[in-house]
Amino acid sequence: MSQKNRLQSGGRIDRSKALSFSYNGRQYQGYQGDTVASALLANGVDIIGRSFKYSRPRGIVTAGADEPNAILQMGATEATQVPNVRATQQELFNGLVCSATNGWPNADSDMMSILGKVGGKMMPPGFYYKTFMFPQSMWETYEKVIRKAAGFGRSPLENDPDEYDHVNQHCDLMVVGAGPAGLMAALTAARSGARVIIADEQNEFGGHLLSSRERIGGKSAADWVAEIVEELASFPDVMMLPRSTVNGYHDHNFLTIHERRTDHIADKAPTGQVRQRMHRVRAHWVVLATGAQERPLVYGHNDVPGCMVASAVSTYINRYGVVPGKQLVLMTTNDGAYQTALDWADAGREVVAVVDTRANPQGELIEAVRKRGIKVITGSAVIEVSGKKRVSGVTIANIDAKGEKVTGKAHSLMSCDTVASSGGWSPVVHLSCHTGSRPQWNDEIIGFVPGPTVQKQLIAGGINGTYALDKVLAEGVKAGQEAATRLGLTAADTQLPNVRSVREGKAMALFHVPHSKPTSRAPKQFVDYQNDVTAAGIELATREGFESIEHVKRYTAMGFGTDQGKLGNINGMAITAKILGKSIPETGTTVFRPNYTPITFGAIAGRNCDELFDPKRFSAMHKWHVENGAKFEDVGQWKRPWYFPKAGETMQQALDRECKATRESVGILDASTLGKIDIQGKDAREFLSRVYTNAWAKLGVGKCRYGLMCKEDGMVFDDGVTSCLGENHFLMTTTTGGAAGVLEWLELYHQTEWPELEVFFTSVTDHWATMTISGPNSRKLLAELTDIDLDKDGFKFMDWRAGTVAGVPARVFRISFTGELSFEINVQANYGLYVWEKLFEHGAKYNLTPYGTETMHILRAEKGFIIAGQDTDGSVHPFDLGMGWCVGNNKPFSYIGKRGMAREDCVRPNRKQLVGLKTKDPKVVLPEGAQAVANPKQAIPMDMLGHVTSSYWSANLGRSIAMGFVKGGLERMGESVYYPLADGRVIEAEICSPIFLDPKGERQNV
Amino acid sequence: MLHIYCPHCREHREEEEFHVKGQAHIARPLDPDSCTDKEWGEYLFFRKNPRGLHHEIWYHTTGCRKFFNVTRDTVSYEIKEVYKIGEQPQVVAKG
Repeated sequence: MSQKNRLQSGGRIDRSKALSFSYNGRQYQGYQGDTVASALLANGVDIIGRSFKYSRPRGIVTAGADEPNAILQMGATEATQVPNVRATQQELFNGLVCSATNGWPNADSDMMSILGKVGGKMMPPGFYYKTFMFPQSMWETYEKVIRKAAGFGRSPLENDPDEYDHVNQHCDLMVVGAGPAGLMAALTAARSGARVIIADEQNEFGGHLLSSRERIGGKSAADWVAEIVEELASFPDVMMLPRSTVNGYHDHNFLTIHERRTDHIADKAPTGQVRQRMHRVRAHWVVLATGAQERPLVYGHNDVPGCMVASAVSTYINRYGVVPGKQLVLMTTNDGAYQTALDWADAGREVVAVVDTRANPQGELIEAVRKRGIKVITGSAVIEVSGKKRVSGVTIANIDAKGEKVTGKAHSLMSCDTVASSGGWSPVVHLSCHTGSRPQWNDEIIGFVPGPTVQKQLIAGGINGTYALDKVLAEGVKAGQEAATRLGLTAADTQLPNVRSVREGKAMALFHVPHSKPTSRAPKQFVDYQNDVTAAGIELATREGFESIEHVKRYTAMGFGTDQGKLGNINGMAITAKILGKSIPETGTTVFRPNYTPITFGAIAGRNCDELFDPKRFSAMHKWHVENGAKFEDVGQWKRPWYFPKAGETMQQALDRECKATRESVGILDASTLGKIDIQGKDAREFLSRVYTNAWAKLGVGKCRYGLMCKEDGMVFDDGVTSCLGENHFLMTTTTGGAAGVLEWLELYHQTEWPELEVFFTSVTDHWATMTISGPNSRKLLAELTDIDLDKDGFKFMDWRAGTVAGVPARVFRISFTGELSFEINVQANYGLYVWEKLFEHGAKYNLTPYGTETMHILRAEKGFIIAGQDTDGSVHPFDLGMGWCVGNNKPFSYIGKRGMAREDCVRPNRKQLVGLKTKDPKVVLPEGAQAVANPKQAIPMDMLGHVTSSYWSANLGRSIAMGFVKGGLERMGESVYYPLADGRVIEAEICSPIFLDPKGERQNV
Repeated sequence: MLHIYCPHCREHREEEEFHVKGQAHIARPLDPDSCTDKEWGEYLFFRKNPRGLHHEIWYHTTGCRKFFNVTRDTVSYEIKEVYKIGEQPQVVAKG
């Protein structure tokens, strides 16, 4: 297809560089400098998608970030799919592949539109909620169908091949927007010596000047912009970021910029290049020069392709050399839009009429239009357009001075294919709202401007409601000077260029064009195109009682699209206000939140993928585990061996073998991941006695002790063994997952409650490799490798000794988590693998068997030892665990947890207590989490007595074992409880001691 | 994202380096055992939730590992002052 709407000359496109691209599977041509939208319009493509709810054909409406309809699915391959790309902001490149986001089988002939036509009247706001509510269980089914019908982009099914990154930036001044105000602010601040970042969402700096025919200082606007850009580039401390949207303005002048570095070059970033970058900027001062967006008017069938915003029409003509139609009707409430009629006429196409809603408009531009012989119809409005897939004509009627009703008969069905409308301009206040400031209505400019803020923020130009170019430039200079002064610099003087000011008449505050029928019966008048919200819908919402603007928004879904209602929200608020008989400031506004435009997940993630997002931690012996076939389990960030299956073994067979080998001869566990905190200082011992529940005053050098740690509420939160290394020197161990939390806990109490205690804490988890050998032959094995005297009476249970193991300096702790004779060998992490391998060299004759976390869990459960975090959940105190033996009642200081444990609720009878559980059928293993009840025949909901916390098959005992909570369980030994399961089975279990094996603890004392 | 001055590092750092630990100036009772359940409950569970100035403890988690106090406006998120543990705030709510 030829570019039938392309002009022979003009615009900022390079006609010598033709680009081909694919839209909905068809090939088209455009030029370097086009956006996808301008290229589609050049090719005469009218329909760009189907609407969300009614499936009406939709066309391109704007030329920028506010575009509600031209939302495309982009990507040449599955991996490079990007949903919801605004065609108006996507630069064209050769080979670009895109398609309409919704429409089935395609946007041109859409099946769903039948539903829209037939059901239109029957699909008011809240339609889906009202219709598909019952039965509630079916909603998930309905939702899938509704969402498919509604369309909208899809995510890629393959991994994104591109790289994204984040950069932290610091500057004196961040200028947002590089239109005339932003350029002047940045230039003035730069000349004053400030370090400046200036960012703009467009591919070139200049803002609306890129599509303007104004002259500045005797030059074309484009030449003037080029000069300013050249000077800015000469400053070493000015960073210029085109194609960079400032998407968020956060507290303390923190801004996020989404820079698209290669999206304009190719489907995939060239090798070695980053596709998109997120700049995280901390700025001393910020100038918002974000400009303004034109409001379309709301009138009947205003969504038919060919209805556009007036300034967008000018942009397509002046910047891209594209006239998006043949015959134009322009409707306006203000003088500025007359420029569009002039631009259209200068492009050599017909302006059918300018329809001005004001009775007697006066101004330079109006005179210029009249002088060209263009018909100007005053005191009137386009109340309705005709046409299905493209505008074919308009109905015009006289309206009253307030714009509230049609006076007289609707008349003159004029034929045209394009309707451009302008209801005035809305300052782009979005960023100023992000930190909580509410915009304020300004009657003078008929729009919201930024409200007061606590941020170090200045505004200039269109965002301030200042639209005349000479005043915009002056505000830019002033903002740059003020920023410089506030930064303590001497503000430079920037000469203002000579700009002709245009005499304009007063604009009319009109948002919703009246129709000869009441709104509810008039043709659909769209407010929010993307979510299919109409004026009638808003009227209905208020009639149903949704009177707060926030409620109207949520009920109608106005502003909930990917465009966040940039185009329609102000019109929607004005309509709500009119219906409620209030003013716009009384009705108020919703606030905008980050991000200003949608952002890719790639840019959010940056390099924080895989290991860089969540690091993996490995022990010093990891290589050996991998080589010996370990299956791994994640414990926090640690990769811990779970079990070591041999060829052909099931998991249970491996566990049975590991459990038996340990109890019968000797097993070995990599325990390096346990948290280790080195504690030193003359008050270390006192500190320990305050944070542990048990006594520490008399623990001698060379001794170890198990301790429970509680929070102030008396609930257990961690446990572990602490050893006395010297009179003022201890080594605390914590659970693997709790290490960081415990260290922070210790620091909190030391720094905030007891700073007078002299004590220091250092994490040494990574400094030591820890291997535990456990089983009756562990002493014999260790004896072959150590110089430490292992005599059972000299090196007793709960002692530790320093010496060498395999020639390496080591600390050996005789502590046990299996109930067997055990030695925990600690060596410097660098020697870990060496010592581990030495142990295996000597251990072969004892059948030394490596085991992982699962066997560790089984062996400790056979002994009734708890695992903090598995058998505790922050709601159990030591007595609930049957561990009152670990609570010291005679300690002088009221340690953490003591008072908490004495609270009324903690001492009441019938608390849930940890007990052992033996299933009646020893072959049946209870599922962890199963709920205990007294009577399984009770009607649901049953009274629940507690739940299973740990449950395993014990090969050593030849039966299942379990631990769990039961109300008053410690008093109910021998009684039965029942565990009804989701599959209908009921498992009966007997309450027993949790110590299933060696209740006297003889095995560890040999 | 807040920009927080650490009084120990004596530099502004990003919020990502810190953890907030809740209301400041809640002293642990010197003799917990003589507290009634109500008094102990107040100490344990009850916290202010003011609209406006709030004194809170922050922890420089990935920096110096020191705790310190911040006076922050819960409406505007402005940080009015930072001061070390053991010191008293200069900026306090009126009334």
